Amino acid sequence: MAYLRAYFSYGLPTFLVLLIALYLLFTDSGEAFNVGRFLEESSPYAWGATGIGLCLGLSVLGAGWGIFVTGSSILGGGVRAPRITTKNLISIIFCEVVAIYGVIIGIVYSAKLSSVSNDVLYTSENYFTGFALFWGGLTVGTCNLLCGVSVGVTGSTAALADAADPDLFVKILVVEVFGSILGLFGLIVGLLMTSKAQEFVAAAAIVAPLVQ
Amino acid sequence: MEALLFNVDSGFLEAIVRGYKAGILSQSHYANLTQCESLEDFRTQLSATDYGNFLANEPLPLSTSTISDRATGILVDQFNYIRTNAVAPLSKFLEYITYGYMIDNVVLLITGTLHERDTHELLERCHPLGVFDTMPALCVATNVEELYQSVLVETPLAPYFRDCLSASDLDDLNIEIIRNTVYKAYLEDFHHFCSSLGSPTSDVMHRLLSFEADRRTVNITINSFGTELSKEQRAKLFPAIGRLFPEGNNQLAKADDIDQVRVVCENISEYRSFFDGASSSANSESHGTMSQLEDRFFNMEVHLNKQSFLQQFQYGVFYSYMKLKEQEIRNLTWIAECIAQDAKDRIQDFIPIF
Repeated sequence: MAYLRAYFSYGLPTFLVLLIALYLLFTDSGEAFNVGRFLEESSPYAWGATGIGLCLGLSVLGAGWGIFVTGSSILGGGVRAPRITTKNLISIIFCEVVAIYGVIIGIVYSAKLSSVSNDVLYTSENYFTGFALFWGGLTVGTCNLLCGVSVGVTGSTAALADAADPDLFVKILVVEVFGSILGLFGLIVGLLMTSKAQEFVAAAAIVAPLVQ
Repeated sequence: MEALLFNVDSGFLEAIVRGYKAGILSQSHYANLTQCESLEDFRTQLSATDYGNFLANEPLPLSTSTISDRATGILVDQFNYIRTNAVAPLSKFLEYITYGYMIDNVVLLITGTLHERDTHELLERCHPLGVFDTMPALCVATNVEELYQSVLVETPLAPYFRDCLSASDLDDLNIEIIRNTVYKAYLEDFHHFCSSLGSPTSDVMHRLLSFEADRRTVNITINSFGTELSKEQRAKLFPAIGRLFPEGNNQLAKADDIDQVRVVCENISEYRSFFDGASSSANSESHGTMSQLEDRFFNMEVHLNKQSFLQQFQYGVFYSYMKLKEQEIRNLTWIAECIAQDAKDRIQDFIPIF
């Protein structure tokens, strides 16, 4: 059974990729697999919008994940020690902040989107903006996802520790605060990555000579 | 990685159990309880703890058996609450916990029937956690095959009974053999099931189940000295898990007196202290040694069960809570018994938990 599963999860995809690659190679269309062309031909808008989507989506995923890990423990722990529920809202807020980081970056990034018609879009400045938004968004999103999970797990432990012994709450909260700072790193770097990128602008000066 | 998804299904229940565990009586509670002059005093002291006024509606000359019954009732209520809220695989895990009680109940019923006791009285004495539907029908069985075919096929214990069909008729020795064979199969199955749950549940549970297996192995060995149980039969009753397995089990199967048991246990550093101070001339004082050993086993069990609360995101806490609470009920019964019989000198012989 384990062999079969390993075969289907590793062997089959490898086999399919190999098959397609050989098909392209032997039918004289190996050029179809071309990373450079893909990067050049895909619209900077697609990159930018995907980046914004990933940034917000992953941040919210991290926040939601953290909240349910913490929340279920607070619910259960609160049955015998109702005093923990108010105090441990801090853990939920720390998780929530992660989603807010994602929203802030999403708003900052979406300010760089502006409508430019297709034939004046493909300039190196616009490529840069598109790629910067994509990778910036991915950085922020991944950072916030992991930050949310770490805060959530620590928050769950904090809730249970608080329920068992009130003295432990502040000590574990310090751990949690350090965890929640990780998301801030992503936010800062995400802002810096796009600080040099300008809005999408039409390429009047560059396209004009080619037209003549 | 278990932290990522454990709370989806079991986070609430784990926190609930940890809440229950915070209600386990502490040293200071015990100090108050041991000062009581009468059982009414005892009841007043208990009402200040998590037990609340669970004895409030009892008629006044309290008996120790009522106290232990009501305390067990509370534990059963808590367990059933957890069980109704659990989803797989936790529900399966909790079912495994009840199998242990079921085995005891089945053996109790068979023994009772053998000595022609009243069935209804027996059913009342069964542990409420190990009750299953077809239990009253067990009282008709006179040999193992009948027992197996008429009733046990329906219960979850059937696979465990399969191994002891060779014991043809039921007498006292055979019943003990059946109990231990079934328990061995149960422990091994539980151990296997815990392995399938993956770390950290398996790590924590293996530690607990290994100790349980070792304890049974040592107890079977010591109890079989001077009986007609042959050494091959004895070896078959040892669970094939635990820290003594396989080398220690082989040596214990050949052991002839308590000194040899001691030598085997000394190979494991945690077990080394069990036989400290036990006199080497075992036969004369074997009762004292046994009860001392039993106490040390209980102490060790409490210690191990307390440790499983140090790890979050695993199922071991459910098992440990049940075991700790059982020990607490034994302690309460002991203290109540000492108060009732005015045996103040032995009242400190309980096993403190926290």
